[in-house]
Amino acid sequence: MAEMRQRRSRLGPQGAQGGPGPEGESEEAQQFTRWWHKKLFDAGYVGIAWPKEYGGRGATIMEQVIFNEEMAKHHAPTGVGGLGIGWAGPTIMAAGSEEQKKRFLPKILSGEEVWCQAFSEPEAGSDLANCQTKAVEDGDDYVINGQKVWTTGGMRADWAILLAKTELNPEVPKHRTFSYFLMDMHLPGVTVRPLREMTGAAAFGETFIDNVRIPKNLMVGQKNGGWYISMGTLEFERSNSSSAIQYLSTITNIIELSHKIKRNGQPVSQDPMVRQKIAQFYIEANVGKYIGLRALTRQLRGQTPGPESSVGSLLTMELGQRIEDFVMYLEGPYSQLVRGSKYAIDGGNWQRSFLASRGRTIMTGTSEIKRNIIAQRTLGLPRYVA
Amino acid sequence: MNFELDEEQIMLKTSARDFLEKECPKKHVRAMMEDERGYSPELWKKIADLGWLGLTFPEEYGGADFSFLDLVVLLDECGRALLPAPIISTVVMAGHPILVAGTEEQKKQFLPKIASGELILTLAFIEASGSIEASDVTVTARPSGNNFIITGIKLFVPDAHIADYLLCVTRTSDGVNKEDGITLFLVDKKTEGVQITPLKTMTGEKLCEVVFNNVSVPKQNILGKLNQGWPVMQRVLVEATVAECAWMTGGARWVMETSIDYAKNRIAFDRPIGSFQAISHKLSNMAVEVEGATSIIYYAAWTIMQNDPEMTLAASMAKSWCGETYKHATFDGVQIHGGIGYTWDHDMHLYLKRAKACEVTFGDSDYHREKVARLLKI
Repeated sequence: MAEMRQRRSRLGPQGAQGGPGPEGESEEAQQFTRWWHKKLFDAGYVGIAWPKEYGGRGATIMEQVIFNEEMAKHHAPTGVGGLGIGWAGPTIMAAGSEEQKKRFLPKILSGEEVWCQAFSEPEAGSDLANCQTKAVEDGDDYVINGQKVWTTGGMRADWAILLAKTELNPEVPKHRTFSYFLMDMHLPGVTVRPLREMTGAAAFGETFIDNVRIPKNLMVGQKNGGWYISMGTLEFERSNSSSAIQYLSTITNIIELSHKIKRNGQPVSQDPMVRQKIAQFYIEANVGKYIGLRALTRQLRGQTPGPESSVGSLLTMELGQRIEDFVMYLEGPYSQLVRGSKYAIDGGNWQRSFLASRGRTIMTGTSEIKRNIIAQRTLGLPRYVA
Repeated sequence: MNFELDEEQIMLKTSARDFLEKECPKKHVRAMMEDERGYSPELWKKIADLGWLGLTFPEEYGGADFSFLDLVVLLDECGRALLPAPIISTVVMAGHPILVAGTEEQKKQFLPKIASGELILTLAFIEASGSIEASDVTVTARPSGNNFIITGIKLFVPDAHIADYLLCVTRTSDGVNKEDGITLFLVDKKTEGVQITPLKTMTGEKLCEVVFNNVSVPKQNILGKLNQGWPVMQRVLVEATVAECAWMTGGARWVMETSIDYAKNRIAFDRPIGSFQAISHKLSNMAVEVEGATSIIYYAAWTIMQNDPEMTLAASMAKSWCGETYKHATFDGVQIHGGIGYTWDHDMHLYLKRAKACEVTFGDSDYHREKVARLLKI
């Protein structure tokens, strides 16, 4: 841990203390992440909940959560390929062939191969079933054509999980027209153009797929069954409790900050409004934590997830946004100063994490889509039919 | 630690709901709002026979030795039914302090009779300031031979008009530290000088003014130690706050379920109104708050069960969250129901009024956020 902190300190003052922001996309940050992944991997701390036969520890869900929480408490970054370990790997384990498991799982775990997700398209974000990318059978291959977007880590990825249309008959319900593929990102015809986000970094990209041939044995599950596999993938999201716990430690940093920042000669922590806000964040993060742990208790007992599992993620992602916005308010005019500026507070890292937080209610399903899902799947309300 | 109910607790919950749906329909709730006593002695006896009143007491005092979390499960259902009965005042606000601080004699005198439904008790704590801080306790008790003489006015005392005993919070010494010098007395309501006047409330709940006019109480009636009553009160406040939160969560869940039903069935513009996002997103937000409330009250109950020092923080987090949850749920519940939700005949207003009353009971959300801020050393 000490060495991690020391290395991290080179990334800026807040890195050294542990801060809320992503580590960024610079070459230096990437090198750090790879170094850290190897450390975790060598110590057997990558994918600990994976079964032993696939190189994991076969840890129980509870052990995984305790580990995630310890990592979150210490602001320890995750290794490379969170998407591989959290999404691609479990999907291959659940729905992939033996051959696919043997070929892909070990390298996901070791971080030798980095994964990205190619689901969304320019005309299919929240409305994912509107994807147009096509996969046409040709001999032993499928030939893929189309464009994907918001491909996180696409520029560095070796492989992608890909959703493409294998049934073109417009009479067939959309949800039965997709297949799930594993696509080599280094194949000719795959081009990734970085998309710069409001933080200035380019964490994701646009992926152009032009006559790319994927062998049939890299389809996961059944032809036209991809939609259901991709929906299953969404359930592998990390437990809500760990993001809530991460916010609890961010709140600890905010309390420190509120002691340091002075207004009218007084620390802002004396301002009743500030105290109310911080206390409210703390309460909400705890509520998020215990919603997550309740869901986990049900899961451990082998019960189906209750309503608490879907509401938890909505609460925590919106909370994260409010917290980041509040820090900007606390900093007052200093909130304008970014990394590299004289007088920037905590190295300007809060500014970056504030901007990054604006994407949080969009990325893994917008808040609005999450509210629709809660309303329809959890509360049983009817869909809107035009 | 488990964060979700176990099988026995689910059974307790289900049987409580079945019982209350049968014995405490809204017709009964409305009748009791108008009733002078405000509760039904017959129903009280049935509740005692079910073992609810002694649920958390040890077996030797006629109890069932269940945990505080079990009690929370039960109170959640009582709050859902808006049960008009002095259960929180008798069991949590008076029974538990006797269990925690009472002498063996006091425990034997009171607990079995609370459990059997023979005795109703309440806590006479709040005064004209409306505050729940030690510094605002001004009703005095001064020594006089083997007795103490209590003088002053208590307000917002729940169920005092039907109580047999009042647990009265008094000031017995006035020093720099206002948390010192607090003494609790068990006062027989029939003692000369005790004058009780029910106040007319928005919910129909019976809150009373209790005037102590030179009331003479033997010193054996002190609960705990002379001048050292505040730590007992702190514990009472934590437990009563969490009990209230359970009550509120049950009410909020009824409001949510009733509003979901309405949104599914009410047709406007040729479709169920629940298919409009303006309605369904309100309900999704309500679900976040209600599931959150359920999760935090279980946690808070667990800290009490474990005697965990974090119980004060947990209770404040719970009250702050539940206070807003219940209120938001009833405000949106009325809005979703439209005109019918605003009528006297619909039950929504019973919950809305209760939510507003609960919000200010044992400290409002701002008060508890400030408490959280202090505990976090902000």
